[in-house]
Amino acid sequence: MADALHEHAAESLRFIRDTMERAGSFTSIPGWGGFVIGLTAIGDAVVAQRFVTAPRTWLAVWLIDAALAAVIGAVTIAMKGRRTGTSFTSPTAKRFFVSYLAPLIAGAIVTLALYRAGAFAAMPAAWLLLYGTAFVSSGAFSIRVIPLMGICFMLLGAAAALVLLPVSNILLGCGFGGLHVVFGLIIARRYGG
Amino acid sequence: MAKPARKLSAAPAPRPTEIPDFDRLIHEKTRLGIVSALAVNASLSFNELKAVLKTTDGNVSVHARKLEDAGYLTCKKSFQGRMPRTEYALTAAGRRALEKYLNHMEALIRNTRDG
Repeated sequence: MADALHEHAAESLRFIRDTMERAGSFTSIPGWGGFVIGLTAIGDAVVAQRFVTAPRTWLAVWLIDAALAAVIGAVTIAMKGRRTGTSFTSPTAKRFFVSYLAPLIAGAIVTLALYRAGAFAAMPAAWLLLYGTAFVSSGAFSIRVIPLMGICFMLLGAAAALVLLPVSNILLGCGFGGLHVVFGLIIARRYGG
Repeated sequence: MAKPARKLSAAPAPRPTEIPDFDRLIHEKTRLGIVSALAVNASLSFNELKAVLKTTDGNVSVHARKLEDAGYLTCKKSFQGRMPRTEYALTAAGRRALEKYLNHMEALIRNTRDG
């Protein structure tokens, strides 16, 4: 009897996970992708901390990380989509990507404006706030943990607005590193990859 | 005179594959599928649900109706151009029911493994 119950419960959990994977993969960034992005960002924050007194180099280090994160994100989304056979052109997926990408494009333009003004110290707050906004707005079409992650990024952004660069670089590491790792693991374990 | 022995509960013992004390409403496969799919989406249309669950119109509509009657999901009907569109969303009660069901299944696996 114990074996039958065990098998029955395991089968139910598998079914729930498979269904969530098929239904939800196009509405969220894959958990393992987020986890790896988090690990690279922690490494990046450590390197960037050495260059806080040379803001142009400091910016270059973070831009390299952003490019790397974009590649990891795109590859893991494509891999998860292929594995689960989901469409990225469904109305839900389109709504998700539009509301996710709009704040990121805004972030790129704000970075350019801040660079031209030489306001490097304002960048960490702008990045964390706009990245958080991307998850809060796109999270309306996704699993609940996504907007929660966005709010955490925004809180770190608010804190970064009150401090100077050596400290705000640590906050960047906590956000792009720590939050990605923690929420990546939660998404991977609870929401099927 | 001696008191007659108290009658034991008349409830039948659960069958081997039966799981006591859980939500039978979402245990049914299509309904469990609907609730799981909606748990990772703010809302899904009738056709999206049908595609995710790989099932028929009739099946989705019957089981979604039962979940709606239980207050586990909401159903919003509208028109997209001339085409009718039905949109389903999970309620807080539906989400709680799924979480309870998940916890129950995980506890069952733990207990049978430990025992």
